[in-house]
Amino acid sequence: MSEFSVIGRRLPKVNSWAHLTGQARYADDLFLPRMLYGRLLRSTRPHARIRRLDVSRAAAHPGVVAIVTGADMPAKMGIMPSTQDETALAVDKVRYVGEPVAAVAAVDEDTAFDALSLIDIDYEDLEPIFTIEEALEREDVKIHDESKRANVFKEVHLSFGDLDGGFASADHVRDDWFFFEGNTHAPIESHSAVASYGGDDKLTLWTATQVPHYLHRELEKVLGLPRSRIRVIATPNGGAFGGKSDPFGHEFAAALLSIRTRRPVKITLDREEVFYAHRGRHPVKMRIRTGVKKDGEITAVHYQSWLDGGAYASYGIATTYYTGALLTVTYRIPAYKFDGVRVYTNKPPCGPKRGHGTTQPRYGFECQLDKIAQDLGLDALEYRKRILQPPQSRTINELRITSMGLGDCLDALGRATRYSERHGQLGRGRGIGIAGSAYISGAGLPIYWNEMPHSGAEIRIDRGGGVTVMCGAAEIGQGSDNMLASVAAEALGILPSDVHVVSGDTSLAPVDLGSYSSRVTFMAGNAVKDAAMKLRALLFAAASEKLGTPVDRLVAAYHRIYDPLDPETFVTFADAAVLAESKHGTLVAAGSYKPPKGIGGSFKGAGVGPTPAYSYQAAVAEVSVDLETGTLIVDKVTTAHDCGRALNPANVEGQIEGSAYMGYGEIIAEEQVFRGGLHKKPSLLDYKLPTSLDTPALEAIVVESVDAEGPFGAKEAGEGPLNPVIPAIANAVYDAIGVRFDETPITPEKILDALGKRDNRGIPKTRIGPDGLADRDGDPKRARRRLDASTEGRDSRGAPPPGPRST
Amino acid sequence: MTSTKELITLRVNGERRTVAAEPHHTLLEVLREELDLTGTKHGCELGECGACTVLVNGAPVLSCLTLPSLIGDADVTTVEGLATGERLHPLQIAFAEEGAAQCGYCTPGMLMAAKALLDATPRPTHEQIAMAISGNLCRCTGYTAIYEAIEKAALRS
Repeated sequence: MSEFSVIGRRLPKVNSWAHLTGQARYADDLFLPRMLYGRLLRSTRPHARIRRLDVSRAAAHPGVVAIVTGADMPAKMGIMPSTQDETALAVDKVRYVGEPVAAVAAVDEDTAFDALSLIDIDYEDLEPIFTIEEALEREDVKIHDESKRANVFKEVHLSFGDLDGGFASADHVRDDWFFFEGNTHAPIESHSAVASYGGDDKLTLWTATQVPHYLHRELEKVLGLPRSRIRVIATPNGGAFGGKSDPFGHEFAAALLSIRTRRPVKITLDREEVFYAHRGRHPVKMRIRTGVKKDGEITAVHYQSWLDGGAYASYGIATTYYTGALLTVTYRIPAYKFDGVRVYTNKPPCGPKRGHGTTQPRYGFECQLDKIAQDLGLDALEYRKRILQPPQSRTINELRITSMGLGDCLDALGRATRYSERHGQLGRGRGIGIAGSAYISGAGLPIYWNEMPHSGAEIRIDRGGGVTVMCGAAEIGQGSDNMLASVAAEALGILPSDVHVVSGDTSLAPVDLGSYSSRVTFMAGNAVKDAAMKLRALLFAAASEKLGTPVDRLVAAYHRIYDPLDPETFVTFADAAVLAESKHGTLVAAGSYKPPKGIGGSFKGAGVGPTPAYSYQAAVAEVSVDLETGTLIVDKVTTAHDCGRALNPANVEGQIEGSAYMGYGEIIAEEQVFRGGLHKKPSLLDYKLPTSLDTPALEAIVVESVDAEGPFGAKEAGEGPLNPVIPAIANAVYDAIGVRFDETPITPEKILDALGKRDNRGIPKTRIGPDGLADRDGDPKRARRRLDASTEGRDSRGAPPPGPRST
Repeated sequence: MTSTKELITLRVNGERRTVAAEPHHTLLEVLREELDLTGTKHGCELGECGACTVLVNGAPVLSCLTLPSLIGDADVTTVEGLATGERLHPLQIAFAEEGAAQCGYCTPGMLMAAKALLDATPRPTHEQIAMAISGNLCRCTGYTAIYEAIEKAALRS
């Protein structure tokens, strides 16, 4: 029998019933008395000065109640305090097509929409920058005046160990270039916010956000309203995946329009706007040099990345560091150098998407390991097992490793898929591939420097035995409300369905930093456990007195507190609550969690990468390639994931399967690509989310390493499992057709190109991917060819030349 | 904002309801904004995602592409009409047990598509399920748990 009564059971999520009966209230489902409807005017230019912005005709339109523009909210804001470079609505200049410029509130949505066309705006076009190469070279065009070198947003260089010595001692060095195309979250729920400024001079904002606390801070800054008078309520997010973790223009606009009108204001984005709001996966060019001994032991890695950040910072400073930080936590790397550059371009800002900044390098590195295994004649699964970073160790970049289940994941996959027997044996057109990965269970540092907890929770037990858990964590579909209820229920000996959860509310719940970086289970889970154990102590003391049993012999389960040796003598949970309240007064406890010190280094840039515990995962993909049409069919993806302990196995499997699905979409089709600054496919039909007919069979294998610091041993499960799926599929395609895809996505066109069948004169290729960066070798013609190899380069040839246009 | 609202009578979840609505407003808008049936979701309003799926005379339709005036006296069923009084539909129970709703946003449309399938085909094959929900995008689950839930509900019905 399990030592737990809740943990490890496949119980329905506590919020399932609201979802399944249509009772869940997402932001756009809120309708308040006297509510106005807002719409945003968005830039039609990728890079332009706003010469004139005149809202008088729109303001005079019947039914329009208020209009705000960038000038009304000029304060700089942004998610990372050190790189705040945007305003709620554009001020003086626009930097991407789709950037919000003005907002209208009207009596209904049709009226607000009509009024947008009555706003008079004149642009003076500036030359746009669309590619990484242009951004690095063009000193004469500045997207942000603050950039010191061309359009570089951030440049980082970190070096650990003896890199030269490492390469010198290598028997074999691989030097490979990769390109990971940008893509976007595409949650089915579009962003939506409802603001209500009351007669009490307090603002309430209901919004689909992953980060109510960070948004709270930015609202204070931009609106000039004390935070004590602002309440942010994160409504259930209808999917987020990182796409709702920035403060967005529509949230500020709804708030200010409500302040101006003293009426509730709702702004809901339409689907096209969501594609332009973006903040998704950065396009990244990578160069990876890896030295190995004859047996495959790594002697040195030099990793370089160039990130296309789009027009604003977003989380870009963290993304840049993340591309280099986590390569070291999976396999032993004794010498490591990381160079990263993120540039500005005139496209929607990139930000965090599931796997934040680690997905792109993991793709490149795991594809390169596959090549190394092939070069050395090693089995790619056994090879990875042989070079694992050990548990309870430090990486070369000073990251603390605790529990480490990658070896168990690889073993489980070997058994489930018979990878080693089948690799190279499936015949032309069919293949099997493998890759490993790791992710963080929450960032080790908050985004703004402070000594306070990363997560807080309060639990109240009422006289009827009711339990309310309050925590700032945002429910984004990942199951955080259920996690909070489950951890509290396990500690108190009740069931999750007994617990009322109040989450994501800055007034009613203690701060949790937000649902990003897969931090909630580990951090909010520990905070709730901390609070619950304090109340449990009070209940046990009361029960001990009543039963005459020593406290240390008592357990709590199924609404009873009892001695397992004499289970029929018990105090019910409700009776214990009455006894404890009689003795101690109102039963409320607070708990909090902060990561331990010393989990990372102390060098500049050491703040990104540390976490209290890394999750580990590996995937095996099985594919078929149609040699005539170039169609890539992924038959099956099996993912093994070390989540520490599965608090609810059904939900952990759901996260693993959902991650595999999302990774699959990224490698086979999804791309956030532009032509002249216009999104080429800003609709769910053209962007091509995988449907039920496309999605491969997905198998999830849960591996439990029981982390010593996680709540009941748990680590993250929401993001890591995406990472290995992408390189596993690329490696399987190589096994099938002998072509290395060193760029994503792997489309039928590229496969046909590689097979030499795109036209009749084609010559088969062994590799599709970039072979350098333009400004590295000083050959402009070669640079041009390389530029053309990128999607954006191909497109810019066909696009009309940018030039002055006026309205 | 000259109002051109017209009276529309719909039969939704067994109730006859008459509301005033703009004639160009879709069934989705009328359900959500005039009838307070916000369980039906919108993901694109272009007929691409399936989140707004409701049943009209038992057949799944995209309410974002349907004008109420074209429906006449047909029976409209939304997610709010799936349970019978206190009794949940077997699909709702199976979806909860299998974790087939993560964020829950595609769920109402997914449930309606699944109900139409099971009403017509009580023991569907995996391929029939895949086809029936192929117009309903889910960004969370990878569909695996949804298949399991529909299969489970089919066995119980």
